[in-house]
Amino acid sequence: MSLFFLITAAIAIGGTLAAMTRRNPIHCILSLALGLVGVAGVYLALGAQFVGFTQILVYVGAVAILATFALMMTQGHIVSALIEPRRAFSRSSVSGFVTAAGVFSVLGWAAQSYRPLTPSTQQAPAAGAKEVGVALMHTYVLPLEVIGVLLTAALIGAVVIALPSEEERS
Amino acid sequence: MSWIVHNLWLVAALPFAAGGVISVMKQRQRTLAAGLAVGSMALSFVLALMAFVQVLTSHGEATRQFSNFAWFQFGAEWVRLGWLLDPLTAVMLVMVTFVGLLIFIYSIGYMAEDENFKRFFCFLALFAGAMLGVLIANNLLLLFMCWEIVGLTSYLLIGFWYEKPSAAAAAKKAFIVTRIGDLGLFLGMAWLYAQTGTLLFYDAGRGCLEANALTTLAMHTTVFGLTLSSAIGILIFCGSAGKSGQVPLHVWLPDAMEGPTPVSALIHAATMVAAGVFLLARVYPLLSAGVTHGMTTTVALQVVTWVGAITALFGALVAVAQWDIKRILAYSTMSQLGYMMIGLGTGGVSVGMFHLITHAFFKALLFLGAGSVIHGCHGEQDIRFMGGLRKAMPVTFAAYSCGMLALCGVPLFSGFWSKDEILHSAFVWNLSRGPFYIGAIGALLTAFYMTRQMIYVYAGTTRLAAESTHGEHGHSGAHESPKVMTVPLLILAVPAVVLGFFGTPVWPWFQSFLEGDTANVSFGALGGAFPLMIVSSLIVFVGLGLGWLLYGRKLIVDVGALDRIESAQPGLFHLLSGAFYINELYAATVVRFTLVAASVSAWLDRWIFGGVVRAISTIFVLFAKVDSFADTHVVNRGFDAGCGSVSYGGSFLSKLQAGKVQRYLKFVGVALFVAVALLFWGGKA
Amino acid sequence: MTPLNLFLLLSALLFSIGLAGALTRRNAILVLIGIELMLNAANINLIAFWRFGPNPEALTGVMFAIFSISVAAAEAAVGLAIILAVYRHNKTTNLNQIDTLKG
Repeated sequence: MSLFFLITAAIAIGGTLAAMTRRNPIHCILSLALGLVGVAGVYLALGAQFVGFTQILVYVGAVAILATFALMMTQGHIVSALIEPRRAFSRSSVSGFVTAAGVFSVLGWAAQSYRPLTPSTQQAPAAGAKEVGVALMHTYVLPLEVIGVLLTAALIGAVVIALPSEEERS
Repeated sequence: MSWIVHNLWLVAALPFAAGGVISVMKQRQRTLAAGLAVGSMALSFVLALMAFVQVLTSHGEATRQFSNFAWFQFGAEWVRLGWLLDPLTAVMLVMVTFVGLLIFIYSIGYMAEDENFKRFFCFLALFAGAMLGVLIANNLLLLFMCWEIVGLTSYLLIGFWYEKPSAAAAAKKAFIVTRIGDLGLFLGMAWLYAQTGTLLFYDAGRGCLEANALTTLAMHTTVFGLTLSSAIGILIFCGSAGKSGQVPLHVWLPDAMEGPTPVSALIHAATMVAAGVFLLARVYPLLSAGVTHGMTTTVALQVVTWVGAITALFGALVAVAQWDIKRILAYSTMSQLGYMMIGLGTGGVSVGMFHLITHAFFKALLFLGAGSVIHGCHGEQDIRFMGGLRKAMPVTFAAYSCGMLALCGVPLFSGFWSKDEILHSAFVWNLSRGPFYIGAIGALLTAFYMTRQMIYVYAGTTRLAAESTHGEHGHSGAHESPKVMTVPLLILAVPAVVLGFFGTPVWPWFQSFLEGDTANVSFGALGGAFPLMIVSSLIVFVGLGLGWLLYGRKLIVDVGALDRIESAQPGLFHLLSGAFYINELYAATVVRFTLVAASVSAWLDRWIFGGVVRAISTIFVLFAKVDSFADTHVVNRGFDAGCGSVSYGGSFLSKLQAGKVQRYLKFVGVALFVAVALLFWGGKA
Repeated sequence: MTPLNLFLLLSALLFSIGLAGALTRRNAILVLIGIELMLNAANINLIAFWRFGPNPEALTGVMFAIFSISVAAAEAAVGLAIILAVYRHNKTTNLNQIDTLKG
């Protein structure tokens, strides 16, 4: 078990835990960014450099900022409204935790009952920008195009949905 | 390799860590914040002293030690970073941590009434960490990263009082202007990497500042007949010109005085602006690569020298006609940085660095003294409203005088020895005497404007109460600052006076230390330098005398009185007080060009690209109209029939739907639980 | 080298943290963030199985993860836009007060 994995896993778990428990949503998003950096570190520990850096660019960079913007555009004008009230455990939140714990128990059980496996190759196969680029342009060129269309559609869709309708604008 | 070389990173990491911890503390934990910052700086100072002793006690090759490590793999290449301990680093470490420590302590007093005390110390600690990182870096990339953090903290601290529009604008200006220079540094760095394949400075023969790489760089020529090493060196110089406020990238430095005064002292006088000079000293082997027997200098060094000379003269001229006590010092800093560049270009690392070190102490002293004056005058910065402070603030006056005499270069004070050495090396430069003459004029002007400032601030009677337009002070009259501010002043006054004795021609200890030799006392060396020392002392005394003649003989009593130069030569005075209208020139050219380009782009975007999009959208709307017609009249008719039966089933199922999204998600979670459990059980059975 | 189990366990933990957040938080944006976390956990699995699987040169897992990240980015953009639209309509992002889907 490598130290690097331990550190990155600890960052990932700590960051995401904080992201899901802090009461101030801004803190949540900041901790989320930290946790996602940890996840990117896990990718690097697995030898997937390109995915790791993509993770940082897309999640830590874009998604976290997008979430901040959404937060600011919805409740940003009232700072006090951002912070959720301290509340006792309601029935629905208890049942939510129970569900999550149940899912974790079966998933963890499933993961644990594998016998410890070591990779088939000792040195991680190269998965840098070059190899990924070659693969994208040969084997996976069709999915790449489909993803391009999907992203364009999502972009246009997001703009259309977020745009105020005619009567709201007037 | 000793313990300190392995753990040199701690010097920079401690203030970083302190800054990080302070950043998450609560706003009212003021004592803890200040204690952490000062404590981390004190520890760094101890470590810096250990590093210094380590260098001091080693000889020959062992004076330069480094520790490299692999950072991450990118493709087939490993990016490697490291830190480096050599005499240059050791001297700078001790200077930065010592001056920094004193300024941290001073800030406790200066910022005592500020609401954002904690934020201030967070930024200060962050700055100190980054600055120390610049010093210990053994890799241009690592240096560049710390360099940018230093720029960021400088931005944050100049704009510390961001509610003042002028402070916010000054911060933005400093950030953008230094970034222009950093672009050059970045290009130089990329080019260097492309040519040598490494950015490590020293790497047991494979580094980019070692003989192998330097010979190849000096052999090849590029455009305009420049050697590669000179071209890269000039690009790197762009970065240091931005940071060190050299013409034409100097415009941000005077404006940076909008920040709190300890910041001006620490960042914009003693350390950060000196980082540019330090960077050049660090890459000096690159700048001077290819010096052959016929030529004693390279194009890069000539560029450095001439830019430095122009800046030295420019800053000194403009300082003559300023009213703001801090702006005078800011232009003076610019001018002194120009001297360091001259020294570096004509005399090499030790000449420039010696002035850097002495200047750091006496200029920090002057700025802290100015801060004490401003504090004592309830925020007044205009020297026309001061006067008579000699009696009101005796401690500040005494310390300030030491700094002023050192800056002017009065014999036996530290500034005298270092400035004289620069003038000497400029004098014996075999290409041109130009820098020497410019430097001599600058020295005269320095003595002149400092005399003017001293007389305005300290002599005569107070003009503070009279007609002050900045009248937010309810109680009139100046007062001495608290101990926490005056004690650092007094401590700084000591090196401002005596530090020069470590680098006199008789006993050039500092110079030999930087080159890794041991110094010998030789009175013979005095003979060569003696005539020039007489000349430069004469120049200084002429400057002091001129200042006294103009301002001291008949003291100014009236606040609204014109400056003596202004009444004699109004045009000249306004040209100088407007800093040759460089700001206005930039506003009329560079800034306006950017604005025009932006509006052209906006027009293109709106009418050309936007037009295409609109045309496409119209086509799609047409399609949609046809489609909707088909939909309502053909598809819907059949659909309506099916809907009736579906809605019956739907109304039954809708009882499950409470409309709460999270309840739906919970169902999915439970289903996942069941599915995994079943799948796994099935697999086992 | 770290054994595969640990990666799977980490991914299960992240997935459950995300699920718990998505189930219990009241702010729609934070619910969306929880869902992003669950997606990330799945990506860790993809990469881990690629690394430990029999034929890593084919880069299948890496590709899957990259596409999954792209789809997740699209999802985040659309999701946050929907939250904006819902907010404009209901003046709240508290999920307890948004139940117009009720049958």
